[in-house]
Amino acid sequence: MTTLDAEPTPSDKPLFDLLEGFVTELRNAGLPVSLSENIDAAEAVRHVPLDDRNAFKYALAATLVKNNSHWRTFETLFEVYFSLRGKEYMLDGDEDGDPLGDLDLDEGQEGEGDGSGQGGGEGLTPEELAELLYQALLRGDDTLMRAIARQAVKRYAGMEPGRPVGGTYYLYRTLRNLDLDGILDRLMQQSREDAPDGLTPFEERLEQDEFEARIEKLRKEIEAEIRRRLVADRGAEAMAKTLRKPLPEDVDFMHASREEMTALRRAIYPLTRKLAVRLARKRRHKRKGPLDFRSTVRHSLSYGGVPAEPKFKHPRPAKPEIFVIADISGSVAAFARFTLHLVYAISNQFSRVRSFVFIDGLDEVTEFFEGVDDITEAIHRVNTEADVVWVDGHSDYGHALEVFWENYGKEVGPKTTVMILGDARNNYHASQSWIAKEIQHRARKLFWLNPEPRAYWNTGDSIVGDYGAYCDGTFEVRNLRQLERFVDNLV
Amino acid sequence: MTHRFETVDAVREGLRSVDYLADESIAGVAYLADRLAKPVLVEGPAGTGKTQLAKSVAEMSGSRLIRLQCYEGIDEAKALYEWNYKKQLLRIQVEKGDEDASWTEIKDDIFSDEFLLPRPLMEAITADDPVVLLIDEVDRVELETEALLLEILSDYQVSIPELGTIEAKQIPLVFLTSNNTRELSEALKRRCLFLHIDYPEMDREKEIVLTKVPDISEKLADQVARIVRSVRQLELKKHPSVSETLDWARTLVLLGIDHIDEKDAIDTVNILLKYRSDIDKAIKEFSSNSPAHFEETSA
Repeated sequence: MTTLDAEPTPSDKPLFDLLEGFVTELRNAGLPVSLSENIDAAEAVRHVPLDDRNAFKYALAATLVKNNSHWRTFETLFEVYFSLRGKEYMLDGDEDGDPLGDLDLDEGQEGEGDGSGQGGGEGLTPEELAELLYQALLRGDDTLMRAIARQAVKRYAGMEPGRPVGGTYYLYRTLRNLDLDGILDRLMQQSREDAPDGLTPFEERLEQDEFEARIEKLRKEIEAEIRRRLVADRGAEAMAKTLRKPLPEDVDFMHASREEMTALRRAIYPLTRKLAVRLARKRRHKRKGPLDFRSTVRHSLSYGGVPAEPKFKHPRPAKPEIFVIADISGSVAAFARFTLHLVYAISNQFSRVRSFVFIDGLDEVTEFFEGVDDITEAIHRVNTEADVVWVDGHSDYGHALEVFWENYGKEVGPKTTVMILGDARNNYHASQSWIAKEIQHRARKLFWLNPEPRAYWNTGDSIVGDYGAYCDGTFEVRNLRQLERFVDNLV
Repeated sequence: MTHRFETVDAVREGLRSVDYLADESIAGVAYLADRLAKPVLVEGPAGTGKTQLAKSVAEMSGSRLIRLQCYEGIDEAKALYEWNYKKQLLRIQVEKGDEDASWTEIKDDIFSDEFLLPRPLMEAITADDPVVLLIDEVDRVELETEALLLEILSDYQVSIPELGTIEAKQIPLVFLTSNNTRELSEALKRRCLFLHIDYPEMDREKEIVLTKVPDISEKLADQVARIVRSVRQLELKKHPSVSETLDWARTLVLLGIDHIDEKDAIDTVNILLKYRSDIDKAIKEFSSNSPAHFEETSA
């Protein structure tokens, strides 16, 4: 079923070459595309009209992307790869000549009913352009918005061919000139005036969400426009390389951008759910326990006293007690948050979870999580309410451990697994690593999770080695993938 | 081989005629599934119309829908086929008095079509009329059991040791749904087209409300869709699904509300959201004056 039912005709050749390049690019970005999926894609695009860009896109998506978290990566690459190829995706590959001239031509060709307007955009003053934008947003006029996005990029981004700057820089320059926050205020003001007897907070909220959605759309238009121009300048292959973004599960906790953070927060919930299901199953399907003598005898009665069917006890694997001690100072806060989130999401796998947070002082935050079914809210409280600053609010692992040992050390027992989260950048304070030794002595296991790449450990003021000597394991946990693996092994 | 659908638009129109509003990707993938004769793996949050899609496709193409509901512990006997032991026994009993009947004769006889009980997967490929096969919540079966589906999904055939291989008389349209509670195996994914159905865009949701809720005014439907969109932007444990949106819209119509104000929204939000903490959060968001989204927090 997967083979092509007709020999590829010569005219298909460029299409297949292009597809081949696209698939290679997807693989470079980390998407697992198998050979048979590649063949399916080639087969699929033969069944869709090639002048229908969206149909083409969905045909590729359905055959090549089998995981929804990879969709964004796919979409970006698709835009880069096929944005300039206009109606004949496959043939129009040459991008020499004046890129801007090409673009203007493209605008005319693509024309999804937006042939009006953008030609006349040149003569507008900045104020007129802003006013036009305001009107477009107020009315939700998509066509006008697209035209303005193009005009704004042309005018404000200051793009020069061959300049080695990323798209974010141009985006920033364009947005700075448009002052979208100011426009949002004006829009809200306007709708407040339009309402006969003022807006209730509820209505105001709805209005704001509506305008924000429109502004978001505009941003996307601007981004797309910048991308289009960059592709025209540098070519799709080079652009794809610079745009290569890690998949959500590979995003580094310590260097995640705001947008990536949002993606991470989205990704963590299904992840915890999957992990919980998997762990519960593992528990259920574990090997049988020792022979259950009573039950075997009881069942032998139905075979006339012959123990034909041996019965086994269900194993009861010991549930460990978990102590999480997390550094929540600025640099590693995100990492601590995700780890706490994950640990609490599967807390039914443990007999008890207690958590402590510190910067240079230490505070127990277990109660924030107890009886709360919204972990995000609890973590928010941890960040705002916990009393973790002792002197200056710079990480001091030594002192934090001292406080822990003094107040809670007695409660560490042979069933306790202690996890310390942090980069062990101690700002040259005393390490007090004897406490780690004591904890290891008393606890079942002591683990250290470090969000820094292993290569940076023990450089500068990082003293993870001092503590690591007394740990049962030190782990590099830079992204969700590594975190998931660690927690999976922990249970 | 004849195809069920002519064009992508025909699929979309057809689905619309049975009250299923498909967006471009849904219609496109359904069309490709028919053309490439490949199963479709449909994934997405609960309550976005994954199962309904299969039902609607069956309805629009006039095919019979055969459904296999997956659960943990499902096995061959429940999914593929089973030998009808009782009937086989009976057959042997009948032969008992007859001295002539040879061993091979009976053996060949009791392992024939007549004694086979087809289960949904088998039924789907042996059917003479066009069928749509729905394998619902495939993520509930264990990883090992998935293997059972592979033969039928890639080659549309079932191998029975005693009988040989049974090939499909016609290629059924297959939909698998998954709530993504676990990662499905690569082997399964590779054989399928992938379709992710997310919460609909605001405009489409409004249309869905208009189609599915009788007697609702355009204005109310618009407002419902807007509010639901705002609610989905909050960070909640469980976002409202399309079916919950519809329930909510129906409730509002029953209560005779034609313009939702703050109080109505707060009074009826428990239809939209199912967790106490989510409800509290939504109420707090909608009654406070500061529509601050959950901000990045760091010490």
